[in-house]
Amino acid sequence: MTATATRPAGSSAPTPEPAPPAKRPRRNLTGYWLLLPGALWLAVFFVVPFYSLLATSLYDPGGSVLEGYDMSWAFGNYVTAIQEYWRPLVRSLWYGAVATAICLVLGYVLAYAIAFKAGRWKNLMLILVIAPFFTSFLVRTLSWKLLLRDDGFVVDTLQFLHVLGADGRLLATPVAVIAGLVYNFLPFMVLPLYASIDKIDPRLVEAAGDLYARPFVGFFKVTWPLSLPGVVSGTLLTFIPAVGDYINAQLLGSPGQRMIGNVIQNLFTDAGDYPVAGALSVMLMLLILVLVLVYVRRAGTEELL
Amino acid sequence: MSQVVEAPTAGAGDDRGTGGRTGGGLHLRSLTKEFASFTAVKSLDLDIPSGSFFALLGPSGCGKTTTLRMVAGLETPTSGTITLGERDITWEKPYRRPVNTVFQNYALFPHLDIFENVAFGLRRRKRSDVKPAVEQMLALVELESQARKKPAQLSGGQQQRVALARALINNPEVLLLDEPLGALDLKLRRSMQIEIKRIQTEVGLTFVHVTHDQEEAMTMADTVAVMNAGVIEQMGAPAELYENPRTTFVANFLGQSNLIEGTVAGREGDVVKVDMQGTVVSVPSARAHLETTAGHRAWVGIRPEKVLIAEVGEVIDAPGNSIPGGVISDVSFVGVSTQYLVRMPWGQELQVFEQNTGRRRLFRTGESVDVSWRPDYAFLLDHEQDASAGTDRSDLPS
Ligand SMILES: Nc1ncnc2c1ncn2[C@@H]1O[C@H](COP(=O)(O)OP(=O)(O)OP(=O)(O)O)[C@@H](O)[C@H]1O
Ligand SMILES: [Mg+2]
Repeated sequence: MTATATRPAGSSAPTPEPAPPAKRPRRNLTGYWLLLPGALWLAVFFVVPFYSLLATSLYDPGGSVLEGYDMSWAFGNYVTAIQEYWRPLVRSLWYGAVATAICLVLGYVLAYAIAFKAGRWKNLMLILVIAPFFTSFLVRTLSWKLLLRDDGFVVDTLQFLHVLGADGRLLATPVAVIAGLVYNFLPFMVLPLYASIDKIDPRLVEAAGDLYARPFVGFFKVTWPLSLPGVVSGTLLTFIPAVGDYINAQLLGSPGQRMIGNVIQNLFTDAGDYPVAGALSVMLMLLILVLVLVYVRRAGTEELL
Repeated sequence: MSQVVEAPTAGAGDDRGTGGRTGGGLHLRSLTKEFASFTAVKSLDLDIPSGSFFALLGPSGCGKTTTLRMVAGLETPTSGTITLGERDITWEKPYRRPVNTVFQNYALFPHLDIFENVAFGLRRRKRSDVKPAVEQMLALVELESQARKKPAQLSGGQQQRVALARALINNPEVLLLDEPLGALDLKLRRSMQIEIKRIQTEVGLTFVHVTHDQEEAMTMADTVAVMNAGVIEQMGAPAELYENPRTTFVANFLGQSNLIEGTVAGREGDVVKVDMQGTVVSVPSARAHLETTAGHRAWVGIRPEKVLIAEVGEVIDAPGNSIPGGVISDVSFVGVSTQYLVRMPWGQELQVFEQNTGRRRLFRTGESVDVSWRPDYAFLLDHEQDASAGTDRSDLPS
């Protein structure tokens, strides 16, 4: 029953966009027929599991996996979840935000370079961006664990440069977890950014120069606003899975860097506390939904072409 | 080849309160642009007097856009200099040049409304009186009611006017227009030509207008420069260029010409005598653009509307010899005129345009006619040049 619900809310794909608000033709039914497969898919694999997750979060906390749970509308589960786990929740949002910000800076520069400066290397560079997907997420994160290990060359170099103290380390620090998040989610930032920036007509930038805008001003008045759709989708595609991620914190962090995904996973699989795990999952989902709505509003993307 | 053009400079001294305008015009000196191994612009010399409407005319790919982009600072010249008045702007950054461009595809900012598009240049230079200035400019191009629309919501002609307003509002010393009318249909094109010309006369700025439409260049500009394969072939007032072309390219690209093979017989005072397929014709020496020593081979050029035809033996109103033996091979009745093709004894077909004054009947295909023209209208070109240069029919034997 709960098989599909064990995933933290963010990391399964379709959370934020259950059917985009497409302009449907009024009389013509073709649009509805085209919606049908997607709608069915979402009904079976999103609405039903979500309902069961919601139900789980309200089960009587007195039950257990072996004995089964009673449905007792136990809203107290949510209070327990917040009281006990607000720290990892806030930490997750914080790590997610920092990782997204770093991804945005790195990703924008990279996407801009690919779109405007790469010339005939464009396709090769795009393939390199998605190349990490050729191996599994887990393997890649494990190799970061090797990379950042205490006597690895990264730590040695940083110690040599006195960036790290003599017994300083990277593993089990927020730096390692955030670095892992940035690495793993960077392609999700780069691809939408690239798609947006590549569409910008370079003659518009020239026109800005012709109209007395220095390169820097031209960037902020023309390139940046025209790339906003990519910025918004890139940050969403990075932030949402990053907040719900638990692999990076588990492999690169210590209990001090526990994120909400780790807590939920732990409650489901080890502690067997389904109701509180469910409550946390639902809360995370609603929280992200609210943040995304506010963000999209503020970004004013509906005004963009 | 460097020619200084005396163009009418109606509003040249009109400073419009910007101050510091030298009124010295735009000067290009041996300007060259090479792309890898390809030379797009070859050692170009141009002098464009301030306040004039200058047209750069040439076929596709001859380097017009490249020239404008170098003036705007969007392309770096391989060698040569660009001066504006006394100031050398060859290496000046585009955003520092008092030059604005109306781009070939308009390049309006899609995320800004019409008002902000037009205000862009003023805002970058931190001008204080933006609102009234923009409103005044929108009124000039008759777009006041569209101020809050986005470019995508306007028609092609309206977008074109926004592009014009966006550049004009900066009151540049030189306004560059890169085929701004290319995308418009014929009727809109005509009215925009008149509009742009009106605005130019009104504001008195220097306009450099690039086009490959010879009619557009001739109707709008004070001075036309005909460009071909990276060099200026000839430059001057439209009528001068049309009436007295110096090269076969100009003769064919600007209107149409009959070019007939001949051999120079010698000079007699102000005229050059040419043996043209057995008939001796004369050409004023001011219109002979080659070495006029006897025996030199040449093209005798004559515009189709200058050729007169008559029934065999009839007197033609032109001094000198008439050329017998023509046979009408094609008649197209156009309405205002009739266009004939006349096959001459040496096998060439001459084009003849005759006004439909109604004073005389139309000729029919197969009729024999005599042909002549007034010597003052003929011109003489070097035989070294390709007689089909500048025609769309360069694939046919001349
Ligand atoms: N960036 C570039 N790299 C290489 N060659 C170029 C470049 N830009 C232009 N050219 C070449 O230079 C020549 C002149 O181009 P240009 O754009 O100036 O032509 P144009 O006269 O404006 O033609 P059109 O009327 O079609 O706009 C062309 O043959 C073109 O292929
Ligand atoms: Mg061009």
